[in-house]
Amino acid sequence: MIDGKHIHSAFDAELENIDTLVMKMGGLVEQAVQQSTKALLDRDAELAAKVIGGDQLIDALDEQINMAAINIIALRQPQAQDLRMVVAAMKIASSLERSGDLAKNTAKRTNALLKAPSLEPGASSVRRLARATCSLLTDALNMFIRRDSEGALGVIAGDEEVDQMYNALFREILTHMIEDARSISEAMHYLFIAKNLERVGDHATNISEQVHYLVTGEAPAEDRPKGEFTL
Amino acid sequence: MNEADEASIKIRAADVRVYYSGKRALHGVSIDINDKSITALIGPSGCGKSTFLRCLNRMNDTIENCRVEGRVELDGQDIHQRSIDPVQLRARVGMVFQKPNPFPKSIFDNVAYGPRIHGLAANKGELSEIVESSLRRAALWEEVKDRLKESGTGLSGGQQQRLCIARAIATRPEVLLMDEPCSALDPVATSQIEDLMNSLRTSFSVVIVTHSMQQAARVSQRTAFFHLGHLVEYNDTGSIFTNPVDERTESYITGRIG
Repeated sequence: MIDGKHIHSAFDAELENIDTLVMKMGGLVEQAVQQSTKALLDRDAELAAKVIGGDQLIDALDEQINMAAINIIALRQPQAQDLRMVVAAMKIASSLERSGDLAKNTAKRTNALLKAPSLEPGASSVRRLARATCSLLTDALNMFIRRDSEGALGVIAGDEEVDQMYNALFREILTHMIEDARSISEAMHYLFIAKNLERVGDHATNISEQVHYLVTGEAPAEDRPKGEFTL
Repeated sequence: MNEADEASIKIRAADVRVYYSGKRALHGVSIDINDKSITALIGPSGCGKSTFLRCLNRMNDTIENCRVEGRVELDGQDIHQRSIDPVQLRARVGMVFQKPNPFPKSIFDNVAYGPRIHGLAANKGELSEIVESSLRRAALWEEVKDRLKESGTGLSGGQQQRLCIARAIATRPEVLLMDEPCSALDPVATSQIEDLMNSLRTSFSVVIVTHSMQQAARVSQRTAFFHLGHLVEYNDTGSIFTNPVDERTESYITGRIG
C-alpha cells in the first residue's frame, strides 16, 4: 500500500474519517456481541437491555459510513486503493450492522430465557462458541486496522472451527430436546442464539475478505472446504 | 498483463526512443495497440505521452532537432521504411489536436480538403457524400447541414473540434490519434466528443492523450501510464484504475505526490 499523502489534503481527512468510523463501529459491535452472550450466561437482564438499546448507535454509524462513502465517490472520484478503501468500508459497515442486529436478537432471546430455568447442558458449549466467535470478530477488525491481508486469510480459515462448534452444539441441543420435550421452547432460543453466533463468525469472514480485497485488490481464493455446511 | 490477441494488434511500437537536441525524452517504449479499441495515454506533464503519440504518425519528423529511434509498425509494416510517404501515412493515421484548428475555409472545404488532396472522390457527388458521412459520424451534420458554405472558424469550440474530427476521418484513416481533444471544451462538448470516440472505435483504433484520468477511465479499453519518459504500466483500463501494479501509477491516479 502507498502511504503518501494526497495533493488534496482534505481528501486524506475524509478517508481518515471513514477509517475512524469503521473502527469505532467495529468496537461497538465487538462489545455488543460480547455483552449479549455475557448477559445470557450471567442471566443479566440489565446488560441485555443495554445491548438492545445500543443497537441504535451502531445503525447510525452504518448510515454515517454510507453517507461519507457516497460523498467521497461523488465528490472525489476515488481510484485504486482509495476506491477499494471506500468500497470495503461500506461492505464492512454492512457486515458489522448485521452482526449488531444478531447481538440484539440474542439479547431479546435472553430476556425470554430469563423467565425460564437455565438450560445447563448447553451453557458451557454456548460460552465456548461465543468466545471463539468474539475472538474471530476481534481478529478480523485488527486485520482491518493493520491492513494485514495474510492475517485476514487466517481469520477466514478460523471460521471453520466456529462452524464445527456450532454443528456440535446443534446436536447437543437437539438431543436435549428429544430427552426433555418440556424444554423445547428454551432450547429453541438457545439454538437461535447459537446460530446468531455462528452468523457473526461468517460476518467476521466477510470483513476479512474485504480486508484482503482492500490490501491486494483481489478477493481471497476460494480454497475453503465447502463440503461441510452449517446446520 | 493481458496478452493482446495477435490478430487485433494495429500498432506495435518496439523500443521507441526520442531525443530532443540529443537529450533523451523517451526511454525505450514498447507497446502493442489494439485495433478497434481506444487506448489512453496518461501521465503528468512532460512524461512523454504526447511525444510518443506523435511517433505514431511521424509528426516528430516535422520538429527540428528531434530524433526518433526504435521501430513502429502499422499492421506489421515499419512506418520508418523509405517506401512509406509520411503524407500518405498521416492519411492512414489521422490526428486531432488539443486546440480546434479548422482551416480558414468553409465547413465543407475543411472536410473535403483531405479527400481532395488524396484523390478519394471521383466526382463532386462522391465528395459531397464523403463530407456528409464524415460530418454525420462526427455528430455535427444536423447542426451544420444548412450552413456548409460558412466559415469553419465561426463555429463554437465544441463544434470546431467535431469539425476537426470530421476532417480527420474524411480520409478514412485506420488510426485516429487525439492529443487532449477535450481540454479546451466545456463538459457538454466533452461528452459529445467522448460519445463520438466510442462510436468511432467500431471502425478504427483510437489513441488518446489526456490529462483527465476520468476521461481515460470513461472512454478507453486500455490505459498506458507514462512517467519521466518511461512507459510504467500498460493494462486494461479497469485494472489500472482499481488495482494498478506499479507504485508510481498508484500515486499518480490516486492524486498523491509521486
